[in-house]
Amino acid sequence: MKRYYHKNLKKFLLSISIIVLGLLFISPLLWMMVASLKPETEIFKDMGLGAFVPQNLTIANYTSILMNADVNFLRYMWNSLFSVGMIVLLGTVVNSLCAYGLVKLKFPGSEFILIVIIALYVVPFESVLIPMYIVVNQFGWINEYPSLYVPFIAEAFNIFLFRQFFLSIPQELEEAAQIDGSSPWQTFWRIVVPNSKPVFATAAILTFVTHWSDFMWPLIVATDDSIRTVQVGIQYLFADNNIQYGQIMAGLTLTTIPVVLIFLFFQRYYVQGITSSGLKG
Amino acid sequence: MEMVTRSKKKFMTYHRQKKLMGISFTLPALFILFTFLILPVLLAFVYSLMNYNMLNPSEKFFIGLDNYIRLFQDEVFFVALKNTLYFTALVVPLQCAVALGLALLVSKNVKVAPIGRIFFFSPVITSMVVVAILWTFLYNVNDGLINSLLNFVGIPNQPFLLSPDQAMNSIIFMSIWQAAGFQMMIFIAGLKEVPNTLYEAAEIDGANAWQKFLNVTMPSIHHVTGFVLIVTTIQAFRLFIQPYVMTNGGPSESTKTLVFMLYENGFQFRDVGYSSAISVVFFIVVIITSLTLKKVLKQ
Repeated sequence: MKRYYHKNLKKFLLSISIIVLGLLFISPLLWMMVASLKPETEIFKDMGLGAFVPQNLTIANYTSILMNADVNFLRYMWNSLFSVGMIVLLGTVVNSLCAYGLVKLKFPGSEFILIVIIALYVVPFESVLIPMYIVVNQFGWINEYPSLYVPFIAEAFNIFLFRQFFLSIPQELEEAAQIDGSSPWQTFWRIVVPNSKPVFATAAILTFVTHWSDFMWPLIVATDDSIRTVQVGIQYLFADNNIQYGQIMAGLTLTTIPVVLIFLFFQRYYVQGITSSGLKG
Repeated sequence: MEMVTRSKKKFMTYHRQKKLMGISFTLPALFILFTFLILPVLLAFVYSLMNYNMLNPSEKFFIGLDNYIRLFQDEVFFVALKNTLYFTALVVPLQCAVALGLALLVSKNVKVAPIGRIFFFSPVITSMVVVAILWTFLYNVNDGLINSLLNFVGIPNQPFLLSPDQAMNSIIFMSIWQAAGFQMMIFIAGLKEVPNTLYEAAEIDGANAWQKFLNVTMPSIHHVTGFVLIVTTIQAFRLFIQPYVMTNGGPSESTKTLVFMLYENGFQFRDVGYSSAISVVFFIVVIITSLTLKKVLKQ
């Protein structure tokens, strides 16, 4: 009996510490959302618990950032959604095809190519920033949409992710299709893709979340207001001399919403992607 | 007989077709990887040996190792290197320890564990720019939330990002908060793999919680820990957004990092040659560190 109580007490203390720590962890984000719903003058007024309790709820900050004639916030959002969407769409097709070609349609040199691709994974993006800028400039893409997505379509990590999954597809499935006279191309689309939905979801979501946060590259290739992405746009607002805190809080919240939605709906696939990177890497 | 040769022929063409298809399937990805990754890596080496400024592209010529010599005589470079190493040396062990602690906490069988997991993970999905702007407000010397919390426990206002002594540590604290949830997820998956029988055996031997952690948990998740350490280290070396948004490398260059210096020389001074030399050094530092870590962790 005593042991039972002891165990329950332990569980209780554990739950309390998880909740307290958890609340501490999300408090900055909570403050961001609450502050975005406060009138400008009240945001820094009460920095006690009142910081987390909105007195006069208002959506004025949202309407003003979205209606602000000087800030094309919706345009920034669209630019980000479009370029990240293109990376996800073209990327999943290109990377899965590449992985399939390397794993299942082996040709002379395919093993070597795979090793090169895995080695490329360790190249830190920052070390190729300047030459990449010059290459993209040669294509005439500075301040053009392709600069934001074309260089990121092929992704060593995603190729590796697809490879791991395709290895587990039984050979018989493809052989059966082969005997029925289907070409590798048809086999890929009719047999492999429908049987690999989880890995496609994982790759797509990881790619979305990663590139949604991109900052350094858009900062240098997309300087025009019309093509600016949301991460760079919000930083411009923040660096402005005449800073509007309420608008920024609303902007920060809006910038976060797409990823939160993705996470809420596809949490399973996202976490799978992260953990598979850790356990198989 | 005719049937056999025909099907054999068909088989042959299928196999040739398969190989051709294999090559063509990989071509789009290989083309992009070559153009936007392999070629730039090679170009970084070439440009680092050149006098090349985007503002004056006609005066582009080879100057040997001059950029490297200039770099190793540049005081800013050693400041940036020192700051980058300082950040890495603190963030990697602390962040991994926090991540492991959180993972242990939410791996326990309690009802609130899944909620805790989401709470600890939520900063990870918030982008670094958003987080950096938010924390600049939190660190505000007059009406920041953190200073009001410190006041509450009787500590006077701290300058945080405005002080050369505190700015980097403030960035470190924030960075750990932002990213620990990521490593936590990997640790959680690693902890799940530890067989329960090992813990039971340790319990029979009379091990307490700490002993179980040291003798069962740690050795069992050894390779996960190694992976997390390497990934976190590479990530730490790339520090840029936080100083760019929060401190602009200051005050008095206390938060200037290698990548910040690379950005500054490349895109503000447009000095491609010098900036490429920084890129190459950065690249080599990252590769050597991760290879060394890999070797050390294997032992």
